[in-house]
Amino acid sequence: MDSVVQLQRQLVDYTVQLFNEGFLDDQFNQLQQLQDESNPDFVVEVVTLFFEDSERLLDELAKALEQQSVDYTKIDAHVHQLKGSSSSIGAQRVQKVCIGFRNFCEERNIEGCQKCLHQVKREYSLVKTKLETLFKLERKVLAAGGSIPWPM
Amino acid sequence: MANTSSFSSSPSTKFSFDEKPHVLAVDDNLIDRKVIERLFINSTCKVTTAENGKRALEYLGLADGQHPNHNDLKVNLIITDYSMPGMTGYELLKRIKESPTMKEIPVVVVSSENIPTRINQCMQGGAQEFLLKPLQLSDATKLRCHIKKAITRGVCRRR
Repeated sequence: MDSVVQLQRQLVDYTVQLFNEGFLDDQFNQLQQLQDESNPDFVVEVVTLFFEDSERLLDELAKALEQQSVDYTKIDAHVHQLKGSSSSIGAQRVQKVCIGFRNFCEERNIEGCQKCLHQVKREYSLVKTKLETLFKLERKVLAAGGSIPWPM
Repeated sequence: MANTSSFSSSPSTKFSFDEKPHVLAVDDNLIDRKVIERLFINSTCKVTTAENGKRALEYLGLADGQHPNHNDLKVNLIITDYSMPGMTGYELLKRIKESPTMKEIPVVVVSSENIPTRINQCMQGGAQEFLLKPLQLSDATKLRCHIKKAITRGVCRRR
């Protein structure tokens, strides 16, 4: 059974890795700063909302791109939402793909859009897994009686 | 998470000399609404959120066909996203500035896109400020100072 200090170390190292690999950016730090004793689950709550909302948007995007007559305005609107939410939680890699995605929408480039959808699904899936791991590590630290060393 | 209500408020304080500033935050993105709400609540403001311009106008009593009769409605700052379906943040800004009862309320427009013509348009339209998204704690702190100054100067509109 790892000690509190070891678990905290693991948590810090994992978080630093996520930042270094570009999965998260400073906006995630901003969210952590908004969390306090009166709102101890704020980050998890917002990120959970992000997961739910993103999954809905990705479904809508897949459907929209399958249509006979592709509605690029609608697709752009969905991507804009996804870009916004990912930016708000600091999911940098997802946000970046969305930027390219919007460009392809503007060009009405179906192949480009399909490629971006594939990419954004992948990045979303990655960041979701990483964040879930992060939260799991946090819970371990708290269960061991330690405190979360935020913000970093 | 229920997305069915048009707007939601944090618990309001009873009237006191030291009332918390009241911010109306308008944004069609659910995640952004939650973040803005926390940003301002952490800066000790009361927050009401609205999911689009139409709902915001209804809340302010400015919707078509409405008679503004919110005797105890006090809003010290309106912060609105620019890109929203139906009515943009700019259009909402104009409607507020056209209202004899609400025009004094400072309106801040936020956008994820740094477009100079958009910024100029909003500033010309009477926006207090134009901020880039995502908003940070320092933005909320700065805006809270603006609100405090406005209240002290008696600029904020009370009905």
